[in-house]
Amino acid sequence: MTLFTALIILGVLALIFGAILGYSAIKFKVEADPLVEQIDAILPQTQCGQCGYPGCKPYAEAIANGDEINKCPPGGEATIKQLADLMGVEPKPLDGDHGVEEVKKVAYIREAECIGCTKCIQACPVDAIIGASKQMHTVIVDECTGCDLCVAPCPVDCIDMLPVKETPQTWQWDLARSADGQLGDIPIKQVNS
Amino acid sequence: MIDADNVVQQIKQGQLFDFPGGVHPPQQKSLSNTTPINTIDEPERLYIPIKQHIGTQGSICVSIGQDVAKGEPLTTSANPFAVPVHASTSGKVIDITQHPSAHPSGLPETTIIIEPDGLAQWQLMPVMSDYLSADKVSILERICQAGISGLGGAGFPTHIKTNPQKSVECLIINGIECEPYISSDDRIMREHAWQIKQGIDILRHVIQPKQVIIAVEDNKPEAMDAIKTACIEDAGITIASVPTKYPAGGERQLIQVLTGEEVPQEGLPIDVGCLMYNVGTCYAIADAVLHGKALVQRVVTLTGQALGSPQNVWALLGTPIHHLLDIAGYDPKRQRSQKVIMGGPMMGFTVHNDVVPVVKITNCLLVPDKRELPDVEDERPCIRCGLCADACPAGLLPQQLFWHSKAKEYDKAQAYHLDACIECGACAYVCPSEIPLVHYYRKAKTDIKYQAAEKEKSEKARERFETRQARLLADKQAREEKHRLAAEARKKAMENKGGSDAKDKIAAALARAKAKRAAAAQANKDAEE
Repeated sequence: MTLFTALIILGVLALIFGAILGYSAIKFKVEADPLVEQIDAILPQTQCGQCGYPGCKPYAEAIANGDEINKCPPGGEATIKQLADLMGVEPKPLDGDHGVEEVKKVAYIREAECIGCTKCIQACPVDAIIGASKQMHTVIVDECTGCDLCVAPCPVDCIDMLPVKETPQTWQWDLARSADGQLGDIPIKQVNS
Repeated sequence: MIDADNVVQQIKQGQLFDFPGGVHPPQQKSLSNTTPINTIDEPERLYIPIKQHIGTQGSICVSIGQDVAKGEPLTTSANPFAVPVHASTSGKVIDITQHPSAHPSGLPETTIIIEPDGLAQWQLMPVMSDYLSADKVSILERICQAGISGLGGAGFPTHIKTNPQKSVECLIINGIECEPYISSDDRIMREHAWQIKQGIDILRHVIQPKQVIIAVEDNKPEAMDAIKTACIEDAGITIASVPTKYPAGGERQLIQVLTGEEVPQEGLPIDVGCLMYNVGTCYAIADAVLHGKALVQRVVTLTGQALGSPQNVWALLGTPIHHLLDIAGYDPKRQRSQKVIMGGPMMGFTVHNDVVPVVKITNCLLVPDKRELPDVEDERPCIRCGLCADACPAGLLPQQLFWHSKAKEYDKAQAYHLDACIECGACAYVCPSEIPLVHYYRKAKTDIKYQAAEKEKSEKARERFETRQARLLADKQAREEKHRLAAEARKKAMENKGGSDAKDKIAAALARAKAKRAAAAQANKDAEE
């Protein structure tokens, strides 16, 4: 008798929990793979395609499915480190086949030479080039990710990739010492000892 | 929130609070504070950077070759965070170009170069001597138009600070000047206490605080006397003599000393009911409202053993520092290598070359000699002595911040409140291992800021990429739909006209093409023959 009671109680409990789980699986269904979103958030979103995938999101999906994490040159070491942390694998050096880590650049159209073919506009993954057919094109510098994709399609080679200029606002303190062997820029400790 | 009346009561009874940590570096103020503020000749050229405050820059409203008057605005903007800059003297704009900035990086920034004509012809704004009947907005507008941003060091736009959304219990005037070498505030208090008082009265009219406190460090008795004399008939102003300890002049530290209340890390002084102004800012406000003068000059301390005659001077904004060094009798032989520090020894930075201009936040040029500037010993490993934690006025753990900043573990450094570090340098001052701690913090802070900006940019890029993908997909679908509909329409039309008719047409077309080819072939043959 006791055995049956136990079986019935456990059976009923199992049914209730099953129902709850089944309901929440429908109610709280996650549309996309959250891992892909997390990986995508780490990638630099240049959409340059140097990894071999057409954009950062597809590469994020590929990583989630087991692809290597060291194929993103614009992200460089920092991105690889973060991805390794997230995926629980060892960081690796950047895969040289996909390019090398470079300084940040933006595209610049030599406007006098532009013939207005719109080819670069079609190539830009983030819509950072404005212009119209047979009209001069120009780059919205603030939106340009420096992905290089507009350079190859240009029939008159009028697009340059220029390094981003450092300003006092974007400048970063350097810990390197100055030439005279003094500690760079902080006078504390130097004066008044 | 503090209770102003209580605070004033306590101060009058001689009760002050204290902030944690702090250091007592040897005082060197007597080098420069014994002579009156010197009025100096104009330099040959003035280099006026168009952004000298925290916020956004205005757009340039003068052109090359234009004659400008002293106090004429050079930039304008409708942005509330933009403070204009003015021509520091009358003359001709000879160039608008990139010029080394008064910034640790020394990177060039947009600068207007003026050649003085030697006349110093003012363009004054209308005087508002009856400011008590003027409304608040017009006074704030004047403060903004005069280009006033905090002269104490941070350079925050004064008109924004003066328009708080909360009621103000305590207006605090900061005459502490805790950096061991600087004496510019000391001299301005001694010589212009009356005008500082006028500035305070204007602020008082605008802000309507319950109490006004002027805080002066007890190592400046002459300045204290001058301020006392100027305020003797005003019962609403309390003067507090604050014990000398670095960095008592920090905004948060001074509020803690006077009120015993700590400003929350994420908050502002207004959250505890306080607003703080530097004495120099008060002087400039009085100049703007009562004399119609824009901010075109400030007191700069020229000090250090490598100078023949250390002194304070009224320097026009934009004066290149070599001009000031000449006036103070700079002797390069007294230095091992040429080195000028802008700001004090604790918080200043080494300027890159001697054409860097004086800007609104430049309070001191320090030129130390060989003995003052010994060779820096190499940084040694941290011995975990904990002196830095004892010295930190913000109550942080400098060691922890140092480890994490050095290892670039910025999330951990932020968990230890790196943001709350005021970069006062007290920790580096006491460190027996000669570790330039603040250097690591500054590096970490700029890195974090840079990463945040990058993150924001990549978010924007992702959004734009996704929008574009969606648009391309929609376009493609629309095109396919159109083709499908067109194909259907053609099919229908064919069916309607009857199959045979259409087939005949195709047959006829094929026949025509065949005939054409044959004719061409024939023609070729003819030509060959």
